[in-house]
Amino acid sequence: MNLADGVQIVSFGVLALMMLGAALGVVLLENIVYSAFLLGGVFISIAGLYILLNAGFVAAAQVLIYVGAVNVLILFGIMLVNKRQNFVPLRNAWVGKATTAVVCLGLFALLGAMVLSTPWAISTAPVAGDTSTVVIGLHFFSDFLLPFELASVLLLMALIGAIVLARREFLPDALEREQTQQPVLTLPERPRELASAAPGSPDRTLGTSPTKRNV
Amino acid sequence: MNSGIDLQGSFIQLLVDLGLSAEAARVVWLPLPMLLVLVGATLGVLVTTWLERKISAAAQQRIGPEFAGPLGMLIPIADGLKLLVKEDIIPAKADSLLFTLGPAIVVIPVFLSFLIVPFGQNLLITDLGIGIFLWISLSSIAPIGLLMAGYASNNKYSLLGGLRAAAQSISYEIPLALSVVAIAMMSNSLSTVDIVQQQSGYGILGWNVWRQPIGFLIFWIAALAECERLPFDLPEAEEELVAGYQTEYAGIKFGLFYLGSYVNLVLSSLFVSVLYLGGWNFIIPIEVLADWLGVSESTPWLQVITGSLGIIMTLLKAYLLVFLAILLRWTLPRVRIDQLLDLGWKFLLPVSLVNLLLTAALKLAFPFAFGG
Repeated sequence: MNLADGVQIVSFGVLALMMLGAALGVVLLENIVYSAFLLGGVFISIAGLYILLNAGFVAAAQVLIYVGAVNVLILFGIMLVNKRQNFVPLRNAWVGKATTAVVCLGLFALLGAMVLSTPWAISTAPVAGDTSTVVIGLHFFSDFLLPFELASVLLLMALIGAIVLARREFLPDALEREQTQQPVLTLPERPRELASAAPGSPDRTLGTSPTKRNV
Repeated sequence: MNSGIDLQGSFIQLLVDLGLSAEAARVVWLPLPMLLVLVGATLGVLVTTWLERKISAAAQQRIGPEFAGPLGMLIPIADGLKLLVKEDIIPAKADSLLFTLGPAIVVIPVFLSFLIVPFGQNLLITDLGIGIFLWISLSSIAPIGLLMAGYASNNKYSLLGGLRAAAQSISYEIPLALSVVAIAMMSNSLSTVDIVQQQSGYGILGWNVWRQPIGFLIFWIAALAECERLPFDLPEAEEELVAGYQTEYAGIKFGLFYLGSYVNLVLSSLFVSVLYLGGWNFIIPIEVLADWLGVSESTPWLQVITGSLGIIMTLLKAYLLVFLAILLRWTLPRVRIDQLLDLGWKFLLPVSLVNLLLTAALKLAFPFAFGG
């Protein structure tokens, strides 16, 4: 075993451990922000595995799309939602858990069957290496044209949906009425605290106002 | 195209001649480029901070640093030493793990991007096939570190600063990438060496800035926004947000943010000079000069001169752009956050798409001038 092989095996082990550990952390940790950051770790480790497989372009695309876009979006979503809600225990919680278990086991069985049934013959074609961008482009515009176009139509639909939501032209009536009732100059999610404006306070604020003192 | 200096090959050959095995020689070689990147980038930052002080002083009709060394050149070292030995404070209610990890995640991708900055035909660390795409994808990791720092500080100004930084770098990434796509379309490659090669041949007239003037402006504006330089330093707008995501940081962790932002500025300037200003090319092509003087291209001393001239030209162009960025910082007012996002999404994005279409059309119409 020469140096390059050793480096490859060690990096594969480190990356696999990192990926599995981070993935377990995503699922098992209580803190949702930690889960989101660990998800970024999972994506980075997958990119590392792509590099080990001589797929540099796929690795860079993985980092750009999954870490730079998807994960940042998830973090944004978590950090911009400041609604605190007490956890109400559900009555038939086990139904949900059982369904999740069944779905997960089914997925695992499906993937396992796929792994076992696929003939994992290593391709004898020469490694694309630096010309892989050309090969990927050729595939996109020949035999993978339909999935490629379908994905772009899907993204276009998501884009239009986001714009429609952001324009706020189609808000339901009830929500608008609720907003007009709120006092002016307050944010909708944080109503002004009325407790501090106790009956005694107006006099005090008047008494200490600078105009009064000057007189 | 493997003429010229091959440092790695000659170094390994030298060690093999001294009696080491080829593999051991490679192991000895491995850490050298890494060290070179770290030292080179840090030196670049030291020079940039000194320039920042001197040029800001000149813009405000002051003298600037004067007594620490000749022309105050030791000021950056004093700065660095101060940040190194300062007490490292982690706020009591901060999330100490994420608080420590944040600056590292911001800094590491920036240093990694130096892998593909070419200073000459063979004077770069790796000539990757995906080249410039690596930089785009690495620079998209930084927002995660900024969000992490902002969240872990447990401070509303930090969180707002982190969210603003992430929003800003996501919105300006798109025009940046689109203007790079136009360049890649013209040079038929993503590799930085190929991009510079395609601009060489006609001296200053062959540089991409003449063929891509709109792309050049978009790239420069977007790069300034990615570096969070004024007029786009909204994430740390001191009148509104104290210091944004850096508010709670002190000592070396603050130093890492500081270093990261300046390294990013130097890196962006280097990439502008590689993509648009002909990289290591001199104003007149070296080959033409050699022809006039009647010197063969493979003469050793000419190759050494070509190599050093390449490094000097790349750095000269990059530091001209750094000078421009510093001058912009000390003369322009800051934009508002809504103006910033409007500029990114409603102006730069459509303009860069038009630029891309125009480039494709010109490439089809005039293949000899736009890289057929």
